[in-house]
Amino acid sequence: MNTIRYIIQKEFKQIFRNKGMLPLIFVLPLIQLIILSNAATFEIKNIKVGYVDFDHSSTSDGLMDKFTASTYFQVKDQFPSQQLANSAMLNGDIDVIITIPSHFERDLLKEQKVNLGLQINAIDGAAAGVTNFYIQQVVSTYNNAIRAELIQGNLPSEMLPKNLLTIPSFWYNETLNYKTFMVPGILVLIVTMITLFLSGMNIVREKEIGTLEQINVTPIKKHQFIIGKLFPFVLIGLLLLTIGLVISKVIFSIPINGSILLMYGYTIIYILVILGIGLFISNFTDTQQQAMFISWFFVVIFILMSGLFTPIESMPKWAQVLTDFNPIKYFVEVMRMVMLKGSSFQDILPQIIKTSIYAILMNGLAVWSYKKTV
Amino acid sequence: MSVRDENIIEVEGLTKAFGDFKAVNEISFVVKRGEIFGFLGANGAGKTTAMKMLIGISTPTSGKAKVAGFDVFTSAEDIKKNIGYMSQKFALYDDLTVRENITFFGGIYGLKRQQIKNKSNQLIEELGLEDVKNQLVGSLPLGWKQKISFSVAMLHEPKIVFLDEPTGGVDPITRRQFWEMIYKAADEGTTIFVTTHYMDEAEYCNRVSIMVNGKIEALDTPQKLKEQFKADNMNDVFLKLARG
Amino acid sequence: MKKFIGFIKKEFYHIFRDRRSLFILFGMPIAQIMLFGFAITNEINNVNVVVLDLSKDVSTNTIVNKISASSYFTVTQLLESQNEVESIFKKGKVKAVIVFEKDFDQQMRNAGIAKIQLLTDATDPNTANTINNYITSITQNYAKEINQDIQLPFQIVPESRMVFNPEIKSVFMFVPGVMTIILMLVSAMMTSISITKEKELGTMEILLVSPLKPYQVIIGKVIPYVFLSIINALVIILLSIFIFKMPVQGSFFLLGLESVLFIITSLSLGILISTMSKTQQTAMMISLMGLMLPVILLSGFIFPINSMPLPLQVISNIIPAKWFIIIIKGVMLKGVGLLYLWKETLILLGMTVFFILLSIRKYKIRLE
Repeated sequence: MNTIRYIIQKEFKQIFRNKGMLPLIFVLPLIQLIILSNAATFEIKNIKVGYVDFDHSSTSDGLMDKFTASTYFQVKDQFPSQQLANSAMLNGDIDVIITIPSHFERDLLKEQKVNLGLQINAIDGAAAGVTNFYIQQVVSTYNNAIRAELIQGNLPSEMLPKNLLTIPSFWYNETLNYKTFMVPGILVLIVTMITLFLSGMNIVREKEIGTLEQINVTPIKKHQFIIGKLFPFVLIGLLLLTIGLVISKVIFSIPINGSILLMYGYTIIYILVILGIGLFISNFTDTQQQAMFISWFFVVIFILMSGLFTPIESMPKWAQVLTDFNPIKYFVEVMRMVMLKGSSFQDILPQIIKTSIYAILMNGLAVWSYKKTV
Repeated sequence: MSVRDENIIEVEGLTKAFGDFKAVNEISFVVKRGEIFGFLGANGAGKTTAMKMLIGISTPTSGKAKVAGFDVFTSAEDIKKNIGYMSQKFALYDDLTVRENITFFGGIYGLKRQQIKNKSNQLIEELGLEDVKNQLVGSLPLGWKQKISFSVAMLHEPKIVFLDEPTGGVDPITRRQFWEMIYKAADEGTTIFVTTHYMDEAEYCNRVSIMVNGKIEALDTPQKLKEQFKADNMNDVFLKLARG
Repeated sequence: MKKFIGFIKKEFYHIFRDRRSLFILFGMPIAQIMLFGFAITNEINNVNVVVLDLSKDVSTNTIVNKISASSYFTVTQLLESQNEVESIFKKGKVKAVIVFEKDFDQQMRNAGIAKIQLLTDATDPNTANTINNYITSITQNYAKEINQDIQLPFQIVPESRMVFNPEIKSVFMFVPGVMTIILMLVSAMMTSISITKEKELGTMEILLVSPLKPYQVIIGKVIPYVFLSIINALVIILLSIFIFKMPVQGSFFLLGLESVLFIITSLSLGILISTMSKTQQTAMMISLMGLMLPVILLSGFIFPINSMPLPLQVISNIIPAKWFIIIIKGVMLKGVGLLYLWKETLILLGMTVFFILLSIRKYKIRLE
């Protein structure tokens, strides 16, 4: 026990003495939390619309006015020809082209039915789907208004369409505020990246500068060494979590509905998983460069497969199975459940069990892979 | 000097092979308690590899070796309690102060807090480190660093201390001081196992062995070796052996 | 010049001798692009929903069947009471509860309007919103079927055409992003670390007192990584064409040139980072912590830049990855050439020059 204390002391001294690293550990990530949480939104707005009006009638003007009035759209330009509109789309200036055919008004009155041309940039397929939905809404609202005006009164009852009304009710996040969703997630990423990179570089750095050999000729026990190394990083991780939670509460007014104690308890287990992975990588590599590269590889995979930015349910089955091995996934789930939904110990028990098994496994591997002999 | 007739290191047919290449090829020797044992050889002759097996951080391929009464195969961790080691590459923490380095290593050798305090005060005084004890080790000149490394290796009063080219790259005066430290340690009964490039240093040893291509080609007191090879100094002995 | 070539050769040997790093350098980008290309999508698929049907009539049955038939949803359970909703959401598996009011069918036929309540777990607002859109579309379609005998007068029928990605594949969106993030981080990280390593181990001084000029030392260290990154880019492009069936509508040659340009931009950023850091650890933290999140979040890789708050839209302009993503999408999917991409290309060029000039200045200050 005493031995471990000396290692912990030494690690802390080294961390806090490295003036170049301190801001990278504590300041940069939190600035990122504050700034980048605003960027992570799938909300579709400011859709850039261009249009070509071959009709120039009051009906076509009225339609475009509806688009201008909508907050989803940003009507950029009227183009004199289809070519010019296409070219603006290629340029990236607009993402939607609305083409109003000639005789639009006349045909609407005479033929009872008229087509409206729409081109949507579908490179981001999901955004294009939402865009399409919004356009349809605007057009159909306008259509209903015009119809009411033209008929001047009510349709005969046999002509009255049957309506289905969907009334949405968004639980836990009524205003569909993305920050409520993203801030806990990005906080997870920050805690993960810092603790993984620091621990991943730690032992291999001692290998590179030669001090590990000096440690290896001492009678220190393997587990003492690993525990001593783990402890400071657990504290750093918890410190980051604390500052991050304060930021989410104060700056982003994110509710913390569940038990804070539960959150910290889970975080400790989680950080142990990450540190176990880090120290395992560190033991397994010869240079800091290699260690960094491997950590980077796993972090990118863990982040993108965590359900943080894109939903896990939408992945193919095999990929969903893979995400079961992704610790970030569990942490993201738990943070969101406890913070936003106020889930209890019972609710997150499966995550706790899986993460604990993971922690034991990874730290076992870390102790095992630390060889005192060359 | 108090060399006793008691073997503290016993090596028999010790071998370390990397694939087909035998870095250490069936070496055998004994070291007596309290002896200063010089372990000589050209670069790449296998000195460091052999030493790493004796200090328990490299497992031998075959052969037998006992250090401080413990088997290198089965009791490497027990050996580590009884030895000190100073590597040829400076291996203390540059970003800790002199005192912090000593405290840290004292701690992981399991010394008590009071013991560490007394010991580090004593070491700092003996080595004349009073002025720099609170400076980061990284900012000190090489000669100082090596003295500190040696004192760290001696911290827990080991039975044997292994020194891997302890005086590489330092000026003659510092080397002299360093050897005075070694003598003092030996006087107090510590066995010294030292590798070196400097043949004049070999003269300071009680006995020396000379390794060539993984084998020990000669082993005796410097005096006897010079007689045996009809040479004026150890340098000539070494050249004769190394050139075959 | 001869010395310079010798030096470059030495650098190549260094890299190629380290098998493990080499394996990581080539294997990981491939693994990542395969994994992400197949797995990541911001669409929704098979979202678990439960139904609380207070009416259980023909209409509700048909609608529930339509919902389970769609690839977006899996109906996992039929609820009996609304009290269970809370506990279901807390477990986290089910994302939405669809509630049909009492006498649904009758309401629809007699009163002309029937109500569906859609409770969504909006902790993920994107999924919640998308679920809302899709369920609404499904119910609207059903309404259309019911109403098909009624010929409404004065109809405007929008005919949507999805351009550049008619089959709406997520891959088209993500492959350019993944390629960018890989090239950016590999190039910037590898150069910054390999240069800082020489500084940390003290070998940089030896190189600087050699007859090689300082810029030759830097170029010599960077060139091997230029080659490695070009090979990486090529592999990724080939994978996206042959595995993910991404088209290259524009010029393959231009795509290659732009990739080389972006690689050089990233490498010069790596050099700049190395002038700012003393230890490998610092270099790594800057290139990983400093670059990873901004590149993922601000480049338009996952999140649409248009929807961000204005200050962030402005900040996104200094992220080189943003411009490269526009370029790749332009050349591969839109099939445009320099005529449309000159602005983005010039910006990348400008950034490269800026990074290099800044590095030279920092470097000089250090030496004096």
